Amino acid sequence: MSFLIDSSIMITSQILFFGFGWLFFMRQLFKDYEVRQYVVQVIFSVTFAFSCTMFELIIFEILGVLNSSSRYFHWKMNLCVILLILVFMVPFYIGYFIVSNIRLLHKQRLLFSCLLWLTFMYFFWKLGDPFPILSPKHGILSIEQLISRVGVIGVTLMALLSGFGAVNCPYTYMSYFLRNVTDTDILALERRLLQTMDMIISKKKRMAMTRRTMFQKGEVHNKPSGFWGMIKSVTTSAPGSENLTLIQQEVDALEELSRQLFLETTDLYATKERIEYSKTFKGKYFNFLGYFFSIYCVWKIFMVKFWSQHISFILVGIIIVTSIRGLLITLTKFFYAISSSKSSNVIVLLLAQIMGMYFVSSVLLIRMSMPLEYRTIITEVLGELQFNFYHRWFDVIFLVSALSSILFLYLAHKQAPEKHMAP
Amino acid sequence: MASLDRVKVLVLGDSGVGKSSLVHLLCQNQVLGNPSWTVGCSVDVRVHDYKEGTPEEKTYYIELWDVGGSVGSASSVKSTRAVFYNSVNGIILVHDLTNKKSSQNLYRWSLEALNRDLVPTGVLVTNGDYDREQFADNQIPLLVIGTKLDQIHETKRHEVLTRTAFLAEDFNAEEINLDCTNPRYLAAGSSNAVKLSHREEILFKRW
Repeated sequence: MSFLIDSSIMITSQILFFGFGWLFFMRQLFKDYEVRQYVVQVIFSVTFAFSCTMFELIIFEILGVLNSSSRYFHWKMNLCVILLILVFMVPFYIGYFIVSNIRLLHKQRLLFSCLLWLTFMYFFWKLGDPFPILSPKHGILSIEQLISRVGVIGVTLMALLSGFGAVNCPYTYMSYFLRNVTDTDILALERRLLQTMDMIISKKKRMAMTRRTMFQKGEVHNKPSGFWGMIKSVTTSAPGSENLTLIQQEVDALEELSRQLFLETTDLYATKERIEYSKTFKGKYFNFLGYFFSIYCVWKIFMVKFWSQHISFILVGIIIVTSIRGLLITLTKFFYAISSSKSSNVIVLLLAQIMGMYFVSSVLLIRMSMPLEYRTIITEVLGELQFNFYHRWFDVIFLVSALSSILFLYLAHKQAPEKHMAP
Repeated sequence: MASLDRVKVLVLGDSGVGKSSLVHLLCQNQVLGNPSWTVGCSVDVRVHDYKEGTPEEKTYYIELWDVGGSVGSASSVKSTRAVFYNSVNGIILVHDLTNKKSSQNLYRWSLEALNRDLVPTGVLVTNGDYDREQFADNQIPLLVIGTKLDQIHETKRHEVLTRTAFLAEDFNAEEINLDCTNPRYLAAGSSNAVKLSHREEILFKRW
């Protein structure tokens, strides 16, 4: 009886999470695009729903809500479903949509997407070899095999993102690093941009006029074809067309310059906005949250132990909520930056894959933040994974990522002032 | 023969609808072989004989400014784009016939170019009276072009074309639907070419 009640609670919450993922997809991610393939939206929402359910089960574990046997059952079921999605469904659909974009392979889409999926499975399996993540007594198709590999990928991703985030967040908001951008700087760049456009236009006008006079005089601007065409082009080279190629080269160079100027101006506007934002209350609030997340990551390195149920619950809760929110925001920004109408499906599915792996590995890592008595369920469900390996791996990748970000940002910061000097 | 004054026309629309192909077709009378993403703004020039055949005939250059990006771009990108919107004589709004969102986004594009603030809800409802008000006092001639006509299946064409006709009405604009990979659509003498030159004449009259 209690099992039924517990299951209905779980299912209700899963439906709620699914609805949230659906809305997020429609309102935020895909608000500028048209959803033509609903299967993408469904997969994204399902991945989100089952990932959130895992976190919910952790919270229930700490709070002692629901019957422990029904908790165990739901853990197992949830894990199976999520692994099914992350290892079978999403990679297959990613391959399918990639293949659909390529016109040549359009006819045999299914065949090629199966091939892609098999390649993915091969590399996914090989991933397990160099890492000491399993004790050898487990069979081939067990949950442990799959989870261990998903865990490695997810933990690497988490560490990379955390490392970069821990360095980037203070860099973005600390006024020490913000280059002072005045309106005069921006105006000067804009003037240069418009001047470049004017130069391009005047050259194109010359080209258009030249082409027109050539056309009227009967010199058609064709590529020489055949034997006689070649001979003709050697003896009668039209001065007009030579001029054209020259001007065209100049135009190409100017167009490249205009693109550079455009990007620089955008950069300046973005910096100016960041300066203004950091002065507002909201900016300071998010800045604080960012610091909190970074501190959490640094904390992991020093392995502080917790001692009571309430503190661990609150902390784990905050970590979960901040992680989910941070991840969704980062994914959205990333999506806007790189997607186009053709690739949007593939990219959303990639994001769903990353999100799923990220959440699964969060579960692995969160185990460390939990006191001993609550760790048992995770250990039971996930089997005998070498958890310590994951923690050490996270720390290593985090350090590497943080150091490389520092180096990268330092170089970028040094280069920037030189760009804005007077020409 | 060439006028020293400038005629500037903006070509706006979502990324991937085919603005670069369209501009190339209009200016060079050739199909664009390898379209790639437009960063910033690319310009091209179209030669136009104003009042052709009459003694007042004059040759003008129409500058087509193809502004890249999407309506959902970061505000820093939008601020940078705004520098291209000064002293505009005409606007060509391009949308993809196979993508409804691109047609809806045209409202936001035109508002951005005409320097007006967006509606607080962010979603514009197509209601005859509402939209006419926004564009009623607009002096700049608009032209709505729908691309990728060839990718619309025969059976759906009627439905799509009715929808776009409403769109053009909302903007109080002329409309052309074509396929940028086929120069036949804008060949001299075709109805599209006639519409185009008609719009250009209006452009010069107002200017």
